[in-house]
Amino acid sequence: MNSTKAPSANPLTLKERMKVPRQPMLEQAPKLRVMNFTEVNLGYSQELAKQEALRCLECAKATCVENCPVGVKVKDFVKLIVEGKFLEAAAKIREDNVLPAITGRVCPQEDHCEGACLLHKKVEPLGVGYLERFVADYEQRAGAPIAPNAAATGKKVAIVGSGPAGLSAAGDLIQRGHRVRVFEALHEIGGVLVYGIPEFRLPKEVIRQQIDKMREMGVEFETNVVIGKTVSIDELFEEEGYHAVFIATGAGLPVFLSIPGEHLNGVYSANEFLTRINLMHAYEFPKYDEPIMELRGKHVAVIGGGNTALDAIRSARRLGAENAYLIYRRSEKEMPARAEEVKHAKQEGIEFRMLTNPVEFIDGGSGWLKGMRCVQMELGEPDASGRRRPIAIRGSEFEVPLEVAIIATGTSANPLIQSTTPGLKINKKGYIEANQDTQRTSREGVFAGGDIVTGGATVILAMGAGRRAAKSIHEYLTTGEW
Amino acid sequence: MFQIVKAAVIAPGIKRFLIEAPRIARKHEAGQFVILRLDEHGERIPLTIESSDAERGTISIVVQAVGKTTHQLNALDQGEYIRDVVGPLGKPSVIKNFGTVVIVGGGVGTALAYPTTVALKRAGNRILTILGGRNRDLVILEEEMRATSDELYVTTDDGSYGQKGLVTNKLQELITQDEKIGMVLAVGPVPMMKAVAELTREKGIHTVVSLNPIMIDGTGMCGGCRVLVGGKSQFACVDGPEFDAHEVNFEVLTQRNRMYREAERRSLEDYQRSLQEKEASTCLVGGGK
Repeated sequence: MNSTKAPSANPLTLKERMKVPRQPMLEQAPKLRVMNFTEVNLGYSQELAKQEALRCLECAKATCVENCPVGVKVKDFVKLIVEGKFLEAAAKIREDNVLPAITGRVCPQEDHCEGACLLHKKVEPLGVGYLERFVADYEQRAGAPIAPNAAATGKKVAIVGSGPAGLSAAGDLIQRGHRVRVFEALHEIGGVLVYGIPEFRLPKEVIRQQIDKMREMGVEFETNVVIGKTVSIDELFEEEGYHAVFIATGAGLPVFLSIPGEHLNGVYSANEFLTRINLMHAYEFPKYDEPIMELRGKHVAVIGGGNTALDAIRSARRLGAENAYLIYRRSEKEMPARAEEVKHAKQEGIEFRMLTNPVEFIDGGSGWLKGMRCVQMELGEPDASGRRRPIAIRGSEFEVPLEVAIIATGTSANPLIQSTTPGLKINKKGYIEANQDTQRTSREGVFAGGDIVTGGATVILAMGAGRRAAKSIHEYLTTGEW
Repeated sequence: MFQIVKAAVIAPGIKRFLIEAPRIARKHEAGQFVILRLDEHGERIPLTIESSDAERGTISIVVQAVGKTTHQLNALDQGEYIRDVVGPLGKPSVIKNFGTVVIVGGGVGTALAYPTTVALKRAGNRILTILGGRNRDLVILEEEMRATSDELYVTTDDGSYGQKGLVTNKLQELITQDEKIGMVLAVGPVPMMKAVAELTREKGIHTVVSLNPIMIDGTGMCGGCRVLVGGKSQFACVDGPEFDAHEVNFEVLTQRNRMYREAERRSLEDYQRSLQEKEASTCLVGGGK
C-alpha cells in the first residue's frame, strides 16, 4: 500500500498499526464539568499524539484528504507528527486551513476525514481532529512565526461577516497579496464561533489567538458594521474602493415552531439563549450585565437534534438545570449533531427524548412557561432529506413540566443584504444564489458562501466555501474576467 | 470606540449625547436606532437616534437613567468614549403626506418621535403635537417640537405644567373635533401607547407606535425582541421598531419586558451600592487632608 512513496518514518507494519488502539483524549470528568464552562476536552500530550499518529496507514489514495471540505493534507501532517515535527505539521495544515485550533475542536470529523479513514473499515478511525487540535495548540504555545504573504497586488477585498466562511477567505486572500478588510455586525470577531459555540467546546481564547494571528498576517477587522444598514454593498465598491466583496453573513433568523405559546417568558430561540451565554457572558452575571433566566433547579428542554441544540442544553445543564431534556422528533440515528457531542451530552446527564414533538407551550397563568404539550412520533418512509419521516401518533399527547424551552430547529435567511443590494439573485428560500465552485453571485465582483448560500450547515463546510471564494476572487482580481 | 462630543442634562435624569459615529450619521433615517455597549462587561441596549449630522459625522441620543446601563451612560461626559455603537438599525419611519398628523410623545419618547416629526412636517403634514410627562421637568424637547409643530399641547400627570391629565385626554379632544386626522404617532411608555391605540381604534385612525423591547444583536439573529403583531411573531429590530398600533399585542410586550426584572433590579442596586462605597471612601481621603 505504501510501496510507491517516500520511506515512512513510521516503524510499525500496517498490521501493527491497526493493533494500536485509538488514543482517547483527556477530558474533564462529567460530574465536574457540568459545574463549569471550561473546556471539556483537555488535549493530547506529545506522547499521545505521536502514538495516535502511528496508526495512520499512509494510504496511497488519501480518502481523508479527498473528503476534507478544505483539503487539509491529513496524511502529510500526520507523518510530520510521527517524525516529531509538530511546527511543520501545523504549517502543513495552515496551507489549507487558517483556523486549525478551531476545526480541530468543532469539525464533524466523522462526516469527513475520519469517516473516510481506511482504518474505520476494521477499527476506530485515526483521530485526525485530535491530532489537528494538538499541533494547532502546540504551534500557538510555541508562538511560531507566520509565513509571509505574496507581494501586494493593490486590490482591496471586503468580507462581510467574520464567521468561519469569512475568516477562511480572509486568510487565503491576504496570503495572495490582497488587502482584506472583514466587517462584523457584532462587537466581537468570530461570528457563530463566538455567539453560537460555547466556551466548553471552543474557548474564546482559542478564537482570539487565531484572530490575532490573522491580524498579524495583515487582515483588517472592523466591528459594529452591519452591511446593508451601516454601509451598502454598492457603497463598498463605489465609495470605499473595494474591488471585490465576499458575503459570508451566516444563516440568520431563528425559525420558531409556529405553535401556541411561543411568546411566553421562558421560551427562547437557541440563538438568543446561546448569544446571551456565549457572546454576552450571561453565565457570569452579575460580573457581566446581560442576564439570562435563573435555571438552577429548573426543568429545561431544548427542541432539535443538531449541534446547536446540544450546545444549548449542555449550557443549561451547566447553569444548574435539574432536568435537561433533548426533545427530537426523529430517532437518535437521524440526529445531525456531532458524535462526540452526543456522547458528552449523555455523560452529562442530558435526557434524550427521541420521537417527541412539541405541539403547545403552556402558560402558567401569568405569561410564564409552565410546561410543554408533546406528541409521540413514529418513523415512516424516507423524506426528501433521505431520513425517515416522523409521523405523529394519534392520541399520544402528553405534558412535560418545564420552566424553560429552547427552540433549536434551524434558521432562515437574513434578508438584510439581499434587500439592499440591487441585482443580487436569491433563491425561493431567500438565500443568495452562488455558483457552487466559484461562489460567484449574479452581481459582478460579488461572491457569497457559507450558510447565507446553503442554509444552516457546519463550520468546516463554511470554511470550504470561503476557500473556494478566495480562489475565485483571486482569479477575478488577477484576470479581470467575470 | 465612539467618542462623546457633547453631553448635556436636559431634564432630571435625562441626558442628551452627541456621539461621533460618521458611518451611522451618513445613513440614519428618522425612526431608526442604534445598539450600544458601554464596556467589556456591558449589555447591549437599543436607543433611538434623535438626530444626525452627516457632515459633522455625529448622531445624538437622549437617554433616561432607568437601569444600570443607562445610569452608567448618563454618568459619562464630553470627551469620554462608548465602546460599541452599531446602526442605524430598524426600518425608517414611513414618511408621506397623511394630511394632519398627531404626534404623542410621552416622557423621553418625545426624543424618539422628534426626527420623525421633523420629516413628517417636511413632507407637508400639518402637525399637532401632544407632549406628556409626570411633571413639568419630564416634559422634554418642548422648544424643538414647537418649532416643527403647527399646534403643541402639554399635559402633566400632576398639573404642574400645561393641562392636568394624560396625553390621551388631549388626544380624545383632538380626534373628536372636525379636523380629519390622517395618522397618529405615539412614542412613550407601553401603557401610554396602548391607551392611544385603544382610543384611535374606535375612530379607525391609522396609528403607529415605536416599540422598544428587550434586544441583543439588533440584526434579526437572536429573535429576543419578538413581538406579537397581528397574531404573528415579528422582530422589532428588523421588522420594526414601528408597527401598526392596532395590531400590536401590548400585553405580551409588557409581559416579555418583565422577563429580567429581578436581574435588572439587582444590577442597578449593585451599581448604586458601588457608587456609595466609592463616595464613602473618597470622603475619608478628603477628610484626611
